[in-house]
Amino acid sequence: MATVTILGKELAVDADGNLANLSDWNEDIAREMAAQDGIPNLTSQHWAILNYMRKVFEKEGSAPSIRRLTKESGVDTKTLYQLFPKGPAKRAAKIAGLPKPVGCI
Amino acid sequence: MPSETEFQPIQKVSIVISKGSLDGVYPGLIMANGARMEGIEASLFFTFFGLDAILKKRMDNLKVATVGNPGMHMPTLLGALPGMSAFATKMMKKEIEKIDIPPVGEFLTMIHDSGAELYACRATVDMYHLKREDFTPELDGIISVGQFYEKAAGGQIIFT
Repeated sequence: MATVTILGKELAVDADGNLANLSDWNEDIAREMAAQDGIPNLTSQHWAILNYMRKVFEKEGSAPSIRRLTKESGVDTKTLYQLFPKGPAKRAAKIAGLPKPVGCI
Repeated sequence: MPSETEFQPIQKVSIVISKGSLDGVYPGLIMANGARMEGIEASLFFTFFGLDAILKKRMDNLKVATVGNPGMHMPTLLGALPGMSAFATKMMKKEIEKIDIPPVGEFLTMIHDSGAELYACRATVDMYHLKREDFTPELDGIISVGQFYEKAAGGQIIFT
């Protein structure tokens, strides 16, 4: 399995480059991955989304749809796209240490 | 066969929605929303009966066609029975909601908020004598086919 080095630690990643193990993730790693992905500063709204996605994933085994994400995280669609430009669901999942979302919505 | 990594990723799509049935409108909406989710620039062009999807009075009352729709696997005469289309529509809406796809009006807001643009076809608007206020406020404009091609420049056009 491929690995990436984040903050001096070698971490296993899947074919999409997302972390392979949920437990490898922590907030510092999230900040570093976000910075590498062009998001230099994670705001409280970013965290609201990341934490909500992790919560749903831990409970249900898959990331929530964008519709559910915006309804339940308290961050609306417009803001979501501003926070994670160029593909919010995919990028937020990556920074949250989750696999790429599989849903269509 | 070349692997997908050898191709440039799609940057931009312009999706035409030309049908006004529930099953005619959703695929285009799902593809537009899916494009935005992937960071692909997207716009929607509603033409002919597709305009029903952005008309305030009609958008949330679209029906599934039970006649002349081989995909329904229903004999034509059965499909023509009173209430059959309403029944099929109710069933489909229920299943759509189950997989977390919003009703048309809410979906359009979501797609527009994601940064996609919505356009109505000038010729159809003139044909039906429609006005700007008949449409959802999210509509970005009423444009000609020529303007549509200008806006679609450099991207892929998908006709539905």
